Amino acid sequence: METPLTTEHKPPARAGGTEGNFYPLRKNGIGPGMNLRIQRLRKLSVETEPSLSIERALIETEFYKENLGKYSVPEMRARTFLEICKNKTIYIGADELIVGERGPTPKAVPTFPELTCHSVEDFHVLRSREQQRYAICQEDIDTYAREVIPFWKGRTQRERIFQHVPSAWKAAYEAGLFTEFMEQRAPGHTALDGKIYQKGLLDFKQEIADHLARLDYLNDPEATDKADQLKAMVLSCDAAILFAERHADLAEKMAEEEKNPDRVQELRKIATVCRWVPAHAPRTFWEAIQMYWFVHLGTITELNGWDAMNPGHFDQHLAPFFEKEMAEGALTRDEAKELLSCFWIKVNNHPAPPKVGITARESGTYNDFTNINIGGITADGADGVSGVSYLLLEVAEELHILQPGNSVHISSKTPNRFLHTACKVIRQGHGFPSVFNPDIYVLELLRQGKTLQDAREGGCSGCIEVGAFGKEAFLLTGYLNVPKILEVTLHNGIDPLTGKVAGIATGDPCGFQTFEALYSAFRKQLNFVIDQKIQVSNYIDKMFAKYAPAPFLSVVIDDCIAKGRDYYDEGPRYNTSYIQCTGLGTITDSLAALKKHVFEEKTCSMEVLLDALAHNFEGKESLRQRIRNNTPFFGNDDAYADDIAKRIYEDLLDAIDGKPNIKTGGKYHLNMLSTTCHVYFGKVTGATPNGRLAGKSISDGTSPSHGADTHGPSAVLKSLTKIDQVRSGGTLLNQRFLPSLLQRDPDISKLASLIRTYFTLGGHHIQFNVVDTATLRAAQACPEDYKDLMVRMAGYSDYFNDMNEDLQQEIIDRTENESF
Amino acid sequence: MRTGLIFDIKRYAIHDGPGIRMTIFFKGCPLSCAWCHNPESQSSRVQKMYSANKCIGAQDCVRACPHQALTLTPNGIVTDMDACQLCGACARACPTKAIELSGHEETVEGLMKIIERETIFFDQSGGGVTFSGGEPLMHYKFLVEVLDACGKRGIHRTVDTAGFSKTGILLEVAKRTDLFLFDLKLMDPVKHKKWTGVDNEKILKNLEVLAETGVPIQIRIPLIKGVNSDAENIRQTADFIARLPGEKRVVNLLPYHPIASRKHEKLGQLYSPEGMEKPDESEQQRIVAIFEEKGLQAIIGG
Repeated sequence: METPLTTEHKPPARAGGTEGNFYPLRKNGIGPGMNLRIQRLRKLSVETEPSLSIERALIETEFYKENLGKYSVPEMRARTFLEICKNKTIYIGADELIVGERGPTPKAVPTFPELTCHSVEDFHVLRSREQQRYAICQEDIDTYAREVIPFWKGRTQRERIFQHVPSAWKAAYEAGLFTEFMEQRAPGHTALDGKIYQKGLLDFKQEIADHLARLDYLNDPEATDKADQLKAMVLSCDAAILFAERHADLAEKMAEEEKNPDRVQELRKIATVCRWVPAHAPRTFWEAIQMYWFVHLGTITELNGWDAMNPGHFDQHLAPFFEKEMAEGALTRDEAKELLSCFWIKVNNHPAPPKVGITARESGTYNDFTNINIGGITADGADGVSGVSYLLLEVAEELHILQPGNSVHISSKTPNRFLHTACKVIRQGHGFPSVFNPDIYVLELLRQGKTLQDAREGGCSGCIEVGAFGKEAFLLTGYLNVPKILEVTLHNGIDPLTGKVAGIATGDPCGFQTFEALYSAFRKQLNFVIDQKIQVSNYIDKMFAKYAPAPFLSVVIDDCIAKGRDYYDEGPRYNTSYIQCTGLGTITDSLAALKKHVFEEKTCSMEVLLDALAHNFEGKESLRQRIRNNTPFFGNDDAYADDIAKRIYEDLLDAIDGKPNIKTGGKYHLNMLSTTCHVYFGKVTGATPNGRLAGKSISDGTSPSHGADTHGPSAVLKSLTKIDQVRSGGTLLNQRFLPSLLQRDPDISKLASLIRTYFTLGGHHIQFNVVDTATLRAAQACPEDYKDLMVRMAGYSDYFNDMNEDLQQEIIDRTENESF
Repeated sequence: MRTGLIFDIKRYAIHDGPGIRMTIFFKGCPLSCAWCHNPESQSSRVQKMYSANKCIGAQDCVRACPHQALTLTPNGIVTDMDACQLCGACARACPTKAIELSGHEETVEGLMKIIERETIFFDQSGGGVTFSGGEPLMHYKFLVEVLDACGKRGIHRTVDTAGFSKTGILLEVAKRTDLFLFDLKLMDPVKHKKWTGVDNEKILKNLEVLAETGVPIQIRIPLIKGVNSDAENIRQTADFIARLPGEKRVVNLLPYHPIASRKHEKLGQLYSPEGMEKPDESEQQRIVAIFEEKGLQAIIGG
């Protein structure tokens, strides 16, 4: 029996500035709500300041200095990983049940100089900037400058990449037409399937050995490369097992010195668990969670892949262990919840590795985007909701911490009870869970060529991008600033902000006699920019395949072992590259404004409009207001605007979808994610024809522009589902609701119906911010009183106070759906 | 072609009946309640609304007016209502929508097209259309046609009425209505007349007759301290509702909000909320208890 979540909605019963625990504590200290152990662990995790650890870089650099040139590239990477696992500080904190940290202590983030080497100046910026600060002491900076920086100069992945990019790419990149994900972090964006709960690393080693033994050096020209890769995989398994053994050793030692007999028992248990997993397949709920956590840590220690790592359908993987032990009486619900809470806090202990340079502006968050998929459907198409699903929602609600992100997956088979429970968590206003539609994303994945079973095992990693869990590299390559492409088109290939060439000449805009002439110029520009982007993405892909393989990650993703190839080198069964197109609302509204006022009604000439844009509408407020109040905008169920959105979407598909990447059978697909990049893109884009002022955020994901949707959420959903979302790899819709719209339980079922309707119409994803403007403004004024106010960005949640002012303003500007 | 005068249409209306609804607001009402949330709903004519805070002084309206009825003053645009013909040229010219006309004629067909945009939400949530106002019964011939058109399409129909109409009209509407939201304000006829401008005899009689037909009815009562939240009125109201034929009714209590003042301003009307206040939490709870004593379920909110 699950304890139901609160049915009566009370605003969080916490004074401003306090943390956690909605529920009064029971005498025995266990649920509902956090017990004392979880409260202490949570407090430590929340209050510890993120810091930088140079330990990994020192171990790695020393190893490279001694061994450079001795081994094949994959083996060198695996041996480096082994060296780190052998020598890094092992941490087991007081109260912990699930163990393991990437750094020497919670929230200590290592650096990855082999990819991008932070400079002394970077460290000073990171430790002193206002938001997303990372502490590092002067002594460590000095050591880094002495031991690490000189060695990696000229040897980093980032330098290799920038040596080769063509000037047209650089011009477009510097103008802010797109970003590039892989210049700083390794490709990741992956999630696991259920195999690590069936097999231990020793089983994987055996499998690898079998493939090594079968290599055909007589006929297979790649046999030697495969051997190098497979040997590296074996070494990486040894590394992860060794890492776990060292935890077992430490736990045993701590048990000997521990005075509290209860803790002695726990430490012995930890030791037993760490001796068993990840070497063997887990036997219990506890071992299953620890198994995942060691694999997670292995992949994020080996490299700093994007989106950290994702367990995929965690509830489905854990349910068999949970149900078996519950039936046997070996596990109670509270114990299961406590273990899940320990895991949750572990993820929160791992802030994103900090970036440098221009991309530091694009994603301002500690969130590293691990996303727990809850509910959904199973590989054989059945409803995936279990007792563990409800437990995960409870843990998410009670802990309400930054990480991990979490999402509920609502198929037509998902019971209403689960959806309603999720809506009640949404009502708490932390910005999670986000809501996904498996019925649509299974179709998306099938369309991309996955088998039905693999598609059903898929879901979302990170924000809203989908892939086949455990079998696919689905790489986000970077964001595309679609409104900026129009801006460059309206200036015949020049970026008006800098006067530099950013695209190609597509004709003097004042010479366009019809909207069609303008549109075809825009389309030409669009295709040019996307081709620039793809060229370099292909090149970077190859760089990773050649110089930065990830043998440990390759062990757990099918079919890297069978193919004898790395995760970055075509090893996975499926290989997708996504380009994330941002600003659908802004571009649609801008084109609608041009079409209506310049070409159809001719109330404003192109010259006058361009002049107004150049002067950021100064002295042209009347024109700006006329556009804003008398143009059909996207998000109102109005065919005039929605048809333009459809057309842009089709042309984005046309420019991206199905283009080959460098991997056999691998293709580019369209994604409509923005994360926080719409704010960065807004900064580098001048005033737009829809009346948006220069520097203001462009629209996020596939959401309407701020304030453009005036007919309520149902009209927004209608507009959104006019675009054929199945042909994307994910769309993103933000909705902001006033708390008064979700006050009572009948309101919850209406929200649930709204979600169901969106999904029936073909929606991929929707997420909600349930917070009023007054609260947001109050939080800006008195950040101390709103330390735990979390809001939904585009694709993940973040602390409002951790956001810079631009991001905060962007949230406030979102259309607020009020009670009618 | 028959038309109805409509001043607003709200989508995702979730407090006007079951499920997700579309609420259609008719213009014109025989009552003139002092607390009315939608003062623009009272007149059954098109009205001009002006928001000084939206006006940027562009004077497009002044130039557009064929009757020279508008002047820009330090307090914004002033309209000479004797010269104004309500042609709407100023509203069309205004870049910021500071000037808007409230009310437009809609045909049955036109309205059905709008309603049909939302049917999937109705289907998924058990929702439908709510006809409100103003007083929808003032447009009963048009209303009946729309109700029939909705009925043919299987759309759930709710009518929100103050009940001040000829009984025959109400019964004609009731034949094609799935749920009534029936507003009760005050039991004392003198006070009722004072606060709403009309006698309540016809309203109470109509409610009894309507209840007799067996059509589902939810009673809605605005709770206004200083007007109707006193124990005596509540007790009389509860008695009356409890005595109605048919099943026990659900009563929705809607605490007063002084939100209408801006709208009065836009209409160029004076608004004096004197003597009207929102009853506090404890008073609301006392009122709920009175209804519960009579065996009635009372809910705060719509």
